[in-house]
Amino acid sequence: MILQMENISKSFSGVQVLKDISLDVEAGEVHVLLGENGAGKSTIIKILTGAYTKDVGRVVWKGETLEVSKPQDAIDVGIGTIYQELNLVPELSVMENIFLGHEIKKGGSLSLLDRSEMRKQSRKLLERLGVVVSPDELVGSLGVGQQQLVEIAKALSMNVDLLIMDEPTSSLSEREAEQLLKTISNLQKEGMSFIYISHRLEEIKRISDRITVLRDGEKIKTVKTKETSIDEMIALMVGRSLDNKFPKVQFEKGDAILEVQNLQLNEKSPVIDFTAYRGEILGIAGLVGAGRTEIVRAIFGADTKHSGKIILDGQEIKIQTPIDAIRAGIAFITEDRKEEGLFLDQDLVFNKTIANLDKVKNKGLINPKRQHDISTKYVKELEIRPNNVKLMARNLSGGNQQKVVIAKWLNTDAKLFIFDEPTRGIDVGAKVEVYNLMNYLVENGAGVIIISSELPEVLGVSDRILVMCEGEITADLNIRDADQEVIMKAATGGY
Amino acid sequence: MMSNTTNEAMASPTSRKKIEMKYFINKFGALLGLVLLTITLSILTPNFLKIDNIMNILRQSSINALLSMGMLLPILTAGIDLSVGSILALSIVVTGITTVGLGWPPILGLFICVGVGMLAGLINGLLLTKLRLPHPFISTLGTMNVYRGLALIITGASPIFGFSYLINFTGQANVGFVPFSFILVIVVAVIFHVFLTRSKTGRYIYAIGGNKEAARLSGIPVDRVLLKVYMISGLMAGLGGLVLIGRTNAASPIAGLTYELDAIAAVIIGGASFFGGVGTVWGTLIGAMIIAVLRNGLNLLGTSTDLQTVIIGLVIILAVYVDVLRRRSK
Repeated sequence: MILQMENISKSFSGVQVLKDISLDVEAGEVHVLLGENGAGKSTIIKILTGAYTKDVGRVVWKGETLEVSKPQDAIDVGIGTIYQELNLVPELSVMENIFLGHEIKKGGSLSLLDRSEMRKQSRKLLERLGVVVSPDELVGSLGVGQQQLVEIAKALSMNVDLLIMDEPTSSLSEREAEQLLKTISNLQKEGMSFIYISHRLEEIKRISDRITVLRDGEKIKTVKTKETSIDEMIALMVGRSLDNKFPKVQFEKGDAILEVQNLQLNEKSPVIDFTAYRGEILGIAGLVGAGRTEIVRAIFGADTKHSGKIILDGQEIKIQTPIDAIRAGIAFITEDRKEEGLFLDQDLVFNKTIANLDKVKNKGLINPKRQHDISTKYVKELEIRPNNVKLMARNLSGGNQQKVVIAKWLNTDAKLFIFDEPTRGIDVGAKVEVYNLMNYLVENGAGVIIISSELPEVLGVSDRILVMCEGEITADLNIRDADQEVIMKAATGGY
Repeated sequence: MMSNTTNEAMASPTSRKKIEMKYFINKFGALLGLVLLTITLSILTPNFLKIDNIMNILRQSSINALLSMGMLLPILTAGIDLSVGSILALSIVVTGITTVGLGWPPILGLFICVGVGMLAGLINGLLLTKLRLPHPFISTLGTMNVYRGLALIITGASPIFGFSYLINFTGQANVGFVPFSFILVIVVAVIFHVFLTRSKTGRYIYAIGGNKEAARLSGIPVDRVLLKVYMISGLMAGLGGLVLIGRTNAASPIAGLTYELDAIAAVIIGGASFFGGVGTVWGTLIGAMIIAVLRNGLNLLGTSTDLQTVIIGLVIILAVYVDVLRRRSK
């Protein structure tokens, strides 16, 4: 037993967020913390790493009581953490990042940096992780997957025995995720322990030894991965069994809502043609970097395009900027809700009405009451929790933040909704709500397009699937003809 | 993120009180500072609370108050306008040359003064939105020098005297015993408040400062809003210039030196965030009053101007530190 957490409790301003949590991690174990957003996973990690102090309880590390008051304390005893947002300096080289803060110095009075020794050790660490990167490459020039491996190398260079990873695969492509999972198994064989947070249940099933399920700050159960199923994981997590992870509803296919003809992002890029219809959900599958987001951003006017015709509802529209697209009736729920969707320091009223203030205007001025009413309506309809429109967007969980972004677009009365990875980093319950909402939009005559990197999702919600590879549409599949294999083939160019 | 489960009903009464206290300090911190400062100064110096002195403070604060409200807009968009002091100088000397030198009608002079300011602001805005200079700190640092230089060139570096009553009115007149310039400040503040909270452009200003990319993708005409922001900031500098002409009966090309710094100070003391998206007109107004009250009180106490500068600097640091604490407690 390398780590034991005993009866940990924590409150913030009178609200208890962790109640009497106990868990332990064995040497060489991958231990998953599973729970919906707001269940308390992050709080546990923050207590372990010294970002928060616990109110009650004891942490035992390698047989001794551990008191950490700042992140460095945790690193010193051998507990490393890799957060969702990577802590790397893009302008520095891989080697400089790995040894940042604990550089190797030459002896002598000048204590100059021993670059050749650092390079040698970096190379060794990278080899151990199976990464093919030069220690002298700039971190900013690497992909997210490789950057994450550099973070792991950095942790290894500090000789950690336990590595905490918070949703490491959420921003990775399938291939990158695959490599990361392999690396974790290898390190595990060397005796390293992991606390691992993820919403991807298949991945958890594959990689972990035990799973501790949390709900509303309480520990529900610790189960052995071998003895559980994905259905049980979901049931434990949400406190009920979700009958249907993908509540698909069939509607009758209608007229074309969006026709994209001869779209080219620049003169050299492939020509894109496709049509989306009313009554269907059009999925766009492909690996990260296949050019899916770029295509929809060009359609929406967020980025420039070289040429192409966009016909919405039978009418050709000229789109230069997002303003044109919104006016024509297109809504775009972006991939990164915090960077591109939300105004984190503004309340929900502001967030939901900002894209269509004309709707709340009265005699030339914004009418706060109307604004408030509309916001309250969406809080009710989308079941946004907590149901307080005066809260700052920052203070909501990922799933609820996503609903706020969706509400912003519902308020523009759009005809076509483009969702780019709408369920990334949100929990199973909220995912189902997003899918239901997409069904509702289709039912009410809107067009819906969803980009998703998760194959089960794209297969579960779409009626038709476009697959992209290197900027090109390589397959247009009816859902009846689509399965994971066919999609992966088209996505990797093997069609 | 546990805050999403925050349930106020569960909070114990003491922590509830603490939360309310915090909210109160957040919202009224600057006002509280102003009140405490006023009380302290009125105890220390018997003359402080006299009507004459208070009117004096209002008069002294009005130019900075106008410039600060203008400055609030760029700061709300996470920008800045370093050129307002120079714009003020350019506006008043152009007004002087046209009305005193060329004998144009004074009524035209009023429009020229604010118009020149607005035009100078428009140029700032164009530099930002058309040339895509990386940050308004740089573009307005440039125009700060350009406008100041122009003011010196067109006047041959000497001040202009002899303005007509109409032009002097804004800075000289009293309504009853209240300075007209202060009434102007209040009227502008009310207009600004409505503009910022109830107009589309006003809300867009907060959106751009809060998250520029999200604003763009929400269909907000970012460039057009930024143009307006810098135009208004310039216009307010022109208006401040008009008050200055009245108070000094002169238009000097070296007027308004370092006024931009006082304006920035007032905005920050008033609780606006340097990172954009957060700040109010009332806060800014109180910030400007704090600076004026402090200057006046220290004068009455016989403090040297050198020491006053030190104290005002410390107040700015204190105000920003309070803001940092406030953020941390989030």
